[in-house]
Amino acid sequence: MDLSIEVVENDEKNSIKLSGEIDAYTAPKLKETLLPLTKLEKVNTIEVDFTNVNYMDSTGLGVFVSALKSSNEHGNEFKLVNLNDRIYRIFKITGLIDIMDIQRVTKGGEV
Amino acid sequence: MGNFELIEMKVPAKAEYVGVVRLSLSGIANRMGFSYEDIEDLKIALSEAITNAVTHAYEEEENSGIAIAFGIYEDRLEIMVADHGGSFDLDEIKNNTGPYKENDSIETVREGGFGLFLINALMDEVQINNNDGVIVLMTKYLNETEVDLDADEISTTK
Repeated sequence: MDLSIEVVENDEKNSIKLSGEIDAYTAPKLKETLLPLTKLEKVNTIEVDFTNVNYMDSTGLGVFVSALKSSNEHGNEFKLVNLNDRIYRIFKITGLIDIMDIQRVTKGGEV
Repeated sequence: MGNFELIEMKVPAKAEYVGVVRLSLSGIANRMGFSYEDIEDLKIALSEAITNAVTHAYEEEENSGIAIAFGIYEDRLEIMVADHGGSFDLDEIKNNTGPYKENDSIETVREGGFGLFLINALMDEVQINNNDGVIVLMTKYLNETEVDLDADEISTTK
């Protein structure tokens, strides 16, 4: 019941690979790691990879809304990729799919 | 009404215990025969209620923990989450929750406030009692027809 956060930095893109659960316990650590990345000036895209995220609640939504705002302020693009159906549904119910760049897991992805 | 079995837990009002309660819930809901999707909904709804209680507890001087009760009925699971802190302004909370609306600008999108909204969206019935501390009572029904259909299929095919 933890979240591991791996940051892969490239010239144009920073990828953040998450594994585990995003909840009230792990969200503060995620925010601490993610927000500074959205403020960098040399990067264009911040991509969060959800492939190995098996749980997320509204504490995660809060972190990603903050990260989106900060990215916009600093001229960076913010993307969420490889969301499974369950996690995508939470973004859909809350209407956040309309303001965020979100890609679901590609075909064949088992939850 | 009817017969039910009761499971009670009490955990410290700390974020690190949200996952522990979630695991217990998985076990209970799985034993009752809830679908994978329903179990995921239950996990989120319960976590939201406990997260609210934890956040609320941090604002109180004395932290007396969070009580959780699972009422297991033949056709449904009732979950109660109670903190014993002071009450809060329910109207204010209701006004500050809900989905993002398409005509809101990104700058005005809230970073919090989705918790209570998600509980309402994911559970079949939700009641909030706000007299002495906050008590959230939420219910999810087992979809029995689905189970019956599956059982029929197994017995009639091959």
